[in-house]
Amino acid sequence: MKSRCRHRFPFTGVTGSIAAKLTLECTPPDGNGPILMATPRVCVLRAPGTNCDVETAHAFTSCGAVADRVHLFRVLEDPTRLDGYQVLCVPGGFSYGDDIGAGVIFSSQLRGQLSETIGRFLAADKLALGICNGFQVLLKAGVLPGGSDGWPPAWTTDPENHSPDATLTWNDNGRYTARWVRLKVMATENVFLKGLDELDLPIAHAEGRLVPRTPQILSDWFANGQVGLCYRERPADGQETTLPCTMPAAADPLLPDPHNPNGSIANIAGLGDPSGRVLGLMPHPERFLHATQHPRWTRLGLRGDGEGLAVFRNAVEYFG
Amino acid sequence: MAVTKETLDEIALSRAEYDLILERLDREPNPVELGMFGALWSEHCGYKHSRPLLRRFNQNPAGQRPSRVLSQTGAENAGAVDIGDGLAVVFKVESHNHPSAVEPLQGAATGVGGIVRDILAMGARPIALLNSLRFGPLDDPQNKYLFHGVVDGISWYGNCIGVPDVAGEICFDESYSQNPLVNAMCVGLVRTDTIATSAASEVDNVMLLVGAGTGRDGIHGASGLASRTFEEEVELRPTVQVGNPFLEKVLIEACLEALDTGLVNAIQDLGAAGLTSAAIESAASGGRGIRLDISQVHQREEGMSPYEVMLSESQERMLLVVAPENVPAIKAVMEKWDVTCREIGVILAEQTAQVAVGSELVVDLPIGPLSEAPQYSLEGKPSEEDIRRRQLNLDLVPLPQDGPQETLIRLLASPNIANKEGVYRQYDHQVQTNTVVGPGSDAAVLRIKGTDKAIAVTIDGNGRLCQLDPYQGGQIVVAEVCRNLSCSGALPLAITDCLNFGSPERPDVYNQLEQAIQGIADACRVLEVPVVSGNVSLYNESRGQAIFPTPVVGGLGLLEVATNATRSAFAGEGLMVVLLGADPSLVDVDDLAGSEYLQRIHGRVEGRPKIDIDLEKRVQALCREGIGQGLITSAHDCSEGGLAVALAECSIQGGIGFNGDFAIDDRWDAVLFGERQSRIVVSLPGDLMTAFVPLASSFGVPVSILGYTGGDRFQLKEQVDVPVSQITEVWNKGLEVASG
Repeated sequence: MKSRCRHRFPFTGVTGSIAAKLTLECTPPDGNGPILMATPRVCVLRAPGTNCDVETAHAFTSCGAVADRVHLFRVLEDPTRLDGYQVLCVPGGFSYGDDIGAGVIFSSQLRGQLSETIGRFLAADKLALGICNGFQVLLKAGVLPGGSDGWPPAWTTDPENHSPDATLTWNDNGRYTARWVRLKVMATENVFLKGLDELDLPIAHAEGRLVPRTPQILSDWFANGQVGLCYRERPADGQETTLPCTMPAAADPLLPDPHNPNGSIANIAGLGDPSGRVLGLMPHPERFLHATQHPRWTRLGLRGDGEGLAVFRNAVEYFG
Repeated sequence: MAVTKETLDEIALSRAEYDLILERLDREPNPVELGMFGALWSEHCGYKHSRPLLRRFNQNPAGQRPSRVLSQTGAENAGAVDIGDGLAVVFKVESHNHPSAVEPLQGAATGVGGIVRDILAMGARPIALLNSLRFGPLDDPQNKYLFHGVVDGISWYGNCIGVPDVAGEICFDESYSQNPLVNAMCVGLVRTDTIATSAASEVDNVMLLVGAGTGRDGIHGASGLASRTFEEEVELRPTVQVGNPFLEKVLIEACLEALDTGLVNAIQDLGAAGLTSAAIESAASGGRGIRLDISQVHQREEGMSPYEVMLSESQERMLLVVAPENVPAIKAVMEKWDVTCREIGVILAEQTAQVAVGSELVVDLPIGPLSEAPQYSLEGKPSEEDIRRRQLNLDLVPLPQDGPQETLIRLLASPNIANKEGVYRQYDHQVQTNTVVGPGSDAAVLRIKGTDKAIAVTIDGNGRLCQLDPYQGGQIVVAEVCRNLSCSGALPLAITDCLNFGSPERPDVYNQLEQAIQGIADACRVLEVPVVSGNVSLYNESRGQAIFPTPVVGGLGLLEVATNATRSAFAGEGLMVVLLGADPSLVDVDDLAGSEYLQRIHGRVEGRPKIDIDLEKRVQALCREGIGQGLITSAHDCSEGGLAVALAECSIQGGIGFNGDFAIDDRWDAVLFGERQSRIVVSLPGDLMTAFVPLASSFGVPVSILGYTGGDRFQLKEQVDVPVSQITEVWNKGLEVASG
């Protein structure tokens, strides 16, 4: 059986020893006997206070990946542990209770003790995804918006002369807010967003307003194809019609709450790095894997997969 | 040395109770011992006034359905109910009224934390939170402050621990001014073969205290705050506990991982009366004794006395009971999660409670006399005012000048009826990704991963009806909870209750308590839902006035197929809308008893509510059967605001108009806004009526066609004709306008 194994994993940037750690799994195809293929390994990195690790790992495994929920303390003990994974995902929750700001402590550990490990990970042909608190962590660590090219971020090595490009801060309404939003995908070259156009996802956060340091930074994001997803107008409950979803632009006026639920600049809900291998987003794709998770599934008669599943399937297929 | 009245007052013991302690011990207790008696004999821990009445629950279950209850009510921290597939649902509701009155944010937050640990102590992962909140009118700044503080506290704590807040209710009435009711319910999921116990039954086992450090917060929470009235409570702010949800989240993960090792013999949460209650209840229910060395307790303040350590109600702490050889393994799990873990005691064969500081013994008491609080059965008697209110001739109620449409709009704007979305948008209701029907419908529905099943959960109360007739009111609350579950398509399995009352030492309040309990017990017997857990909150009074008697009931139901779940909103155009349970033209003015209409429009809480519990059972069974057979596409129970409000809510939530075509006689207020029980508004495709009508008659349930869905106007004959968008706006803004 082993002789029929076909590696379909692009090994660019992966050293031999790490490649050896790849899990090879039998995936029964449609009645044609087993074909062995490389299955990407996903590290769902959880810190104390992470809440969404179980469902996020489930999202990846349901698309065929092997996903481990790895406690941050284990990685801090042995940073090379991360090298064996092809996808790093920081899930949602309240890491360290968000006590001194959302994601602040977790992010300081990524760019502090784990700086080299993260640099190695980003430089390889690997993927990183941050959802909600995970987006806050990736942004505040400096993994976003620069990705590999921006690592380590200049503001950590030369704080005198540099500042972070952006932050995520309190929602305009001043409250934790849980609701569904309508999203337009812009950066289809981002691995996670391939083939997606418009989708509904839930948000649940208090600090989701993206604020860039300068207007130039915002223009650069648009120019570099880093703007992943934007909030769009959502029809009122009960209205069947879908409103036209225009392509986002830096000059877009802010949509009012509840369409843009936090006042994020240019209605941005998710941001990628220039390479398209890193994505951070405030909405929770792992909360819409099944049609029945949609608030109007009974009304719309939805069945089967939810629209969030594609984000995880794209990540797995990248290595397929 | 004679004990002073001040000392006894501080721990809420009477002189007679002190004399009973002397008699039982045959000596004087020392101050620490006396403090422990005060805590364990408090109403909150000892159920002095309520336990004899609570025995009325679950007597002579008449049902044909086999029992699914896996726990003995009252013996463990929460009730466990078998849902098949080797899984059990554990749930309980608990009050945190008094702490929330004193410090709303922390009071509500620690209320959530406390009930979550009750569920954790059953070995279950918490999967849902619900809450039932009651405040005085929001035009009083103090009530507004309490309202916002409580909502913030629930949002802050619940969101951070990653447990979805899926359903709840919020009511406003003058009766709760300054004395809010904050009842939190938690639901957990556990494999039936891993349900944990709190009973420490093995001698020489080690008692581990895990979690937060012990501080001076919450001392006398049980005896002081929860067992007396509100006169001096503002002075009691330091006795309120302070929460740390982050620590709770870590504690949940650490304890579940420790339980997964199979090495934990018993687990108990520290709640009211802190270490005293947790350690002694654990040993007592195992038929053993305990020796604690409190010098080993991890303290976060300097110089705490044994009295303070034993009675602190610091949050986020659990006790684990473990065989000595397994202590290192459990400590390793705790260390992995960075959770402090200390060996603080051992289980003794002899039933004594010993507390030592190092080698110095400071408490030595026999467990029986300590843990068995005295019980009181009093004589209840309704007050004359109670009797007068019931006797009102409702024929004398004048019809409002405003007319039906304006009255409907005023009721939709009432904070009791208006959309609560502004509140539940602040709660994460989706984390853990099992929520199939979230807040806003009659019941929330959560899928059970790995099965086709789902559970439905809901929480409800109605103080106004219980004030008018506590027996009928008690029955109605249970009926309404089960009706809400049935409207989602779920079979009601069991309930939990939180009994919020005034001082039981007043005959009229004791009568209310007794009657409400009897009503709940009788309704449970007919509807075949046992009471599996609960909590009693007495002494809810302020300014010399007791609150409305307010039993709050949480319900659990089961859907064999999750995708059968039904919502209250109209689900499409051109559907026939049918009322189950009554003919709307056969109402009488007595149906206005205790209604929102009577209070909101006429400022009166009067009349005599009633329910036919046998009809109720048939109506619910019909509704479930109609949903199960795929006939019914939406179902909503008629409750506050009556038929017109129920129809309007279906219309608003579905974004679909309604064309009503049923007779409305001269007493249009009774037809439209009367709150007759046992009624459900359903919608279904017209061509399925030929199947549905015989089904209804086979259940012996009257059904009447009310009209059709469609268009964008809400119309009730010639009486109401208004755009859906207009009533939507009114309903959406009602609470926002009131809460500013």
